Order: sequence, then structure tokens, then C-alpha cells
Amino acid sequence: MFKLVKQLTSLVAMFAVLFAFSTETMAAKKSKTLENTKKRGFVRCGVSQGLPGFSNADESGNWTGIDVDVCRAVAAATLGDATKVKFTPLSAKERFTALTSGEIDILSRNTTWTLSRDADIGLTFVGVNFYDGQGFMVRKGSGIKSTSEFKNGTSVCTNLGTTTELNMRDFFDSRGISYEPVVFEKADEVVAAYDAGRCDTYTTDKSGLAAQRTKLSAPDDHVVLPETISKEPLGPVVRQGDSVWEDIVRWSLNTMIEAEEYGVNSSNADMMKTSNNPAIKRLVGAEGELGAAFGLDNDWNLRIIKQVGNYGESYKRNIADTGILPDRGPNELWTKGGILYVPPAR
Amino acid sequence: MNNIIKKFLPQILAILFVVLIFGFLTINAQTNMDNRGIDFGFGFLSQESSFDVQFSLIEYSGSDSYARAFLVGLLNTLLVSFISIIFCTILGVIIGVARLSSNYLIKNSAAWYVEFFRNIPLLLQIFFWYYAALRALPLPEKANAWFGVTYMTVKGYYIPSMVWENVNVFLYCGLAAIISIIILRNYANNLRDNKGKQIPVLLYSLAILIILPLLSFLIGGVSLEFELPQLKKLSKISYIYEGGISLPPELIALVLALSLYTSTFVAECVRAGIEGVSKGQKEAAASVGLTPNQVLKLVIMPQALRIIIPPTTNQYLNLTKNSSLAAAIAYPDLVLVFAGTALMQTGKAIEIVSITMLTYLTISLTIAAIMNWYNKKIEIKEK
Repeated sequence: MFKLVKQLTSLVAMFAVLFAFSTETMAAKKSKTLENTKKRGFVRCGVSQGLPGFSNADESGNWTGIDVDVCRAVAAATLGDATKVKFTPLSAKERFTALTSGEIDILSRNTTWTLSRDADIGLTFVGVNFYDGQGFMVRKGSGIKSTSEFKNGTSVCTNLGTTTELNMRDFFDSRGISYEPVVFEKADEVVAAYDAGRCDTYTTDKSGLAAQRTKLSAPDDHVVLPETISKEPLGPVVRQGDSVWEDIVRWSLNTMIEAEEYGVNSSNADMMKTSNNPAIKRLVGAEGELGAAFGLDNDWNLRIIKQVGNYGESYKRNIADTGILPDRGPNELWTKGGILYVPPAR
Repeated sequence: MNNIIKKFLPQILAILFVVLIFGFLTINAQTNMDNRGIDFGFGFLSQESSFDVQFSLIEYSGSDSYARAFLVGLLNTLLVSFISIIFCTILGVIIGVARLSSNYLIKNSAAWYVEFFRNIPLLLQIFFWYYAALRALPLPEKANAWFGVTYMTVKGYYIPSMVWENVNVFLYCGLAAIISIIILRNYANNLRDNKGKQIPVLLYSLAILIILPLLSFLIGGVSLEFELPQLKKLSKISYIYEGGISLPPELIALVLALSLYTSTFVAECVRAGIEGVSKGQKEAAASVGLTPNQVLKLVIMPQALRIIIPPTTNQYLNLTKNSSLAAAIAYPDLVLVFAGTALMQTGKAIEIVSITMLTYLTISLTIAAIMNWYNKKIEIKEK
């Protein structure tokens, strides 16, 4: 009988553990990401496993890149310190599960905004921080100058679980060219395979090609073809169901872009408080009560600009100065001929 | 009464516990999916997959459904497992027997082989064969022909393909040959058991196996031609072979790694089986006048097999499950195609992962069932 009692108690104990866990998951129904972030003291941000210019860690583990800056902006806005971010490197395959399962709170990992991703899998895209398009890289010596010169039997290296796989099929199918897709899970494996001659061409977003080219054994022997075969608007993603958090991330990004539009940057932000332009004063928290809408103080946007900088600064620091894509192309402000256009912060 | 409670209560509680856990997990998953706006359902299986797969045993393109993509992945998994199981068995038997050899060099090389390959993690071996060994191969235009007509290159192994005419006549002849061999064997067994007469079954069987298909060529109108791989220029510096069959390097690396790794375990099973048969059996068999070959075939092997089969089954199951490491080197198996690309494109994580798990379970149970049947067949039949 004693043995039986012992068995029963262990069963009860196991149930207790299970139900304790269960009540916690039930409680997560309310939008509590901000609250949890404040309690935790850092923003949990999912990034790539190393894409120079977007999210890349140096030898000492410091992350830089324009995707990284979005998370830093959110940390500056919510916690007052842009360095309070914990970065989680994710493969393309892992990224959405990590977000929906609550392992991270922002996914800022050169992710393409598409209908099915936005509507189907419990995610919400909050904006676009880089307008990209898919391209092809080939060996210079091949003499290929355009995608129209691809022949039947071309082998193509690319990443698993990306829109790239779908675009590539659309592209080759519509031209009636048979091709051999060689699909790897990690970007580094794709680069290694292409470098070894396993594939004739490497396809991914053009920014990615420019960045990955630097990792090849002889970068100058490779060239990115001029054609762009798809639209790839890349932007940060949050979980569905927490609209306050969604707004915070969206307007943190928008603040960076709008700050550039109004010429507010990290060095002049404090002085702009006395500007004559009400739009600028709102941007640096000197007018209006914009932060209250998210449950933040009024300096949230000033902190973003001071600690992270505006979009132009972020682009220059991460992408232009590193030689990845010196020309901003479509990622220039709408006032300067690009397509960066964000709703007004008012 | 007390005894009955003592006997059944723990079992009832255990069942209840399992049911509750599953119920809890289901409800928990459902609530969380509802909260995040994720639908549950298998409707996606009939949707167009819109992605291509590198290598497929059946006709497949992006306009086919996800269900067909699943089938493509499944067949690729079965293909690599099947080839590797055959290779690892052959290699394992040779190495296992070699370990028992009285020759010092053979015995020790076999022991070294086993210790080396079974103590390096499989994933590392896969990476080695793919990235180090196969990548050292030449580009297509620089490849030398092996056996005159096949080419081993960094883009794959190109072999001639067979172009048949009236292939069904040939297949019927082959089938007829196999049936006649079975009849012959039964006849020979009867003859031996009843009249004590022996006929050279192996020789006759080989003759049938060669003559019947040969006849199909001579008078059945069957013809066979080989299509050789031809070098084709893709651009100034890149070439591929066209025509023939191309085995992708991913498949080759995976088969190499899986068979070399698993063969070490099979070798140990074989050694254990043979050593498990007591020495007296061999001596007794020799003393009644059986030749060494007969001793091995009629006395040692039937008994050794009983010891070898069950642990070897485990190795086959392991091999099949290990084949899911294919995803690391871009071989389009079930995990890469279905639990990888299809999962990413649909976002149906729970559905796809459960289908994949069930599939591996089914494959494993099938292999186990076949091996159990074989084990039953050869076990001691007490009269």
C-alpha cells in the first residue's frame, strides 16, 4: 500500500507541473509582449546567421546591420537603451517558428513580406526596411551577361525555405528552361557549394548576393547579373495578436525613416527640440503625446534617433560604407527619387 | 478487494495519465494556434506546391501538389536507405568475417576500420564525403572517363542510360527464369530428401538465369542500346553532361557515409553471430564428413543468422532514420523537401511534422516487420 501512495503522489506532482505550465500559456492571450520585455530588461530579436550589412556579428559578438538597428530602435524606445537586445541567429527554416512559438518577439531577418506569410501563419509584417529583388550571381569567366543566356541543365544553388525557391521556379518555368535546384539550409553552405563549382549560378536577394560575394574565395571573379526577377520587400515581423507591440515596432522603424526625411539625425536631435517645424518637434518628443498611445514616455522617438540614428545613417554605416551596395537605389527617400515613404508620425 | 485495487489501480492511472497528457497537449496546441490565428488542416496537401526539386524518381514539377512533393521526398528517402542498406550489409558481412580471419593483417585492418568509422559522428562523415572528398573531384570538362563511359565530376556521377526495345519480353523471360529456378530447387530438395541424390543446383540455376534472357534477345526481338553522357557547353567555362543518368553528388556522399558508418555495426553483429555458434558444432559437422563449405552453409550460418538478425534490424532502422541528416547536404529527402521547403512555404508546422513523424514510424515498423518475418522463418522449429 505504501508503494501505491508513493506512485500516486508522484502522479499528482507531475500533474501539478503540467497545469502550472498550462495556466501560464493560457494567460499569454492578452498582449503582454511589452510588459514582459520591460520585466526581462531586454528585447528578444531574431536575426540572420550572418549577412553583412543586415545582421552580422563581429569577433567579439557585437551585432551590426540595418535589421539589427530596427531591434535596437525598439529597445531604445521601450527600455531606453539601444544595447539591451538579445539577438538570436536563425536559419530561414527556423525563423517563423521561433517567432510564433514566442522564443523571440521581433523577427528582423531580411524577410520578404508576402500575402501568405502575412495572412496564413500567424505573423504580421510591420513595414519595409529594405526594398530588394532576386538576382543571380555567376562566374565572370562564364561570359554570361544576362539571365537570358541560361541554358537547359543549369544548376542553381540557393537557400531552403525562402521565396527564392518559388521565384526561381517561376523564372525558369516561364522561360521553359530545365534547371537543377540545389537547396541548402544555411547560407554559408550555399556559398561553399557555389564556390566549389557545384552550381553554375547562385540566386538570392541581390543585397544578399552582394553581401555573400565578400565571403567567396575570389570575390572579384564573380558578378551579379543586372536582371531582377522578383519584388522582395524585406521588413521586420511580429507575432499576430499583440497590436500594441506591432505598433511599437512599426513606428520605431517609421521614426527612423521620417527622421531622415526631416533631416533629424543622432547628432542634431537634441537641438531640433527647439525647431520651428511642428513635425520635427513631434519627432523628437517636444510636442504632442505620441508615446502615450503605446504606453511609452514622450522621449521614445528622441531616444531612437539619438542612440540608433535615422535610416540614412543606419544605411550608410551598415551597407554603403561597407561597400555592399553604395548606391541606395529604391531605398532612397521618396523625396529623393526612391520609394521609401512612411505615414506621418502625428 | 484490496488486492484487485493494488493490481489494477496503477495501470488505470497510468492509462488515464497518458490520455490526459495527450489531451492536454492537443488542447494546449489548439489554444495557442487559435491565439496566433493559425488554422489547422490538411487541405494544403492538394494545393500546388510551386517549388521544384533537384532529384526525383517520379515525374514532378512545381505545378504538382504538396502531396506529390511529399511522395517525391519519401521515395528519395527510401532510395537512399535501400541502397545504403544493401551496401552496408555486403560491407558489414565482409568486415565481420574478416575480423575473425586468422590472417593478422586482415583481422587488424578490419578491427581498425570498425573502430575508425563507428567512432566518428555520422554528420561529420557526411560533411567529409560531401565537402572534402566529393568537392575535390574535377569539373565536368576535366573529368576522365571511368570504364570508358562514366564520368565522376563535382556535379555528379554520369553513367550511360539503357534504351530498351520490347523490354516487357525481357522482363517476362527474367520472371520465367526465376520461377523455373524455384521449381528446380524444390525438385532438387525433394530428390535429396527422398532418394539421397544431389544435383548441382547452383550451376543449373545460373545456366537458366543466363540462357532465358539471352533467348529473349535472340528470338524475342529485345534490343538494348546505351545512351552515353555527352559533354555540353553551358557557358564559356561551365559544362555538364547530357544524356545518360546523373547521380547527384549529394546522393553519393550520403550513401557513402551511411553505408560506411552502419557497416561497422553490421560487422560487429555478424562477428557476434558467428562467434556465438559453439565450436563443437563446427567440429561435429566436420567429423560427419561435411566439407568446410557445407559446414558454413548448413551448420554455422543457419545458427549464426538467428543471432545476427535482431541487432542488424536495429541497424537498418537506425540507418533509415539517420538518412534524415540528408538535409545537411541538400539531398532532397523527406525532411528537406517536405519538413523543409513545404513546411516553410505553407507554415503548417504541426501538420507537416506529424505527417513526417508518422511516415518515419511507418517505414521503421515495416522494416521491423519484414525482419521479424525473416527471423521467424529461420528460427529453430521445434518438432
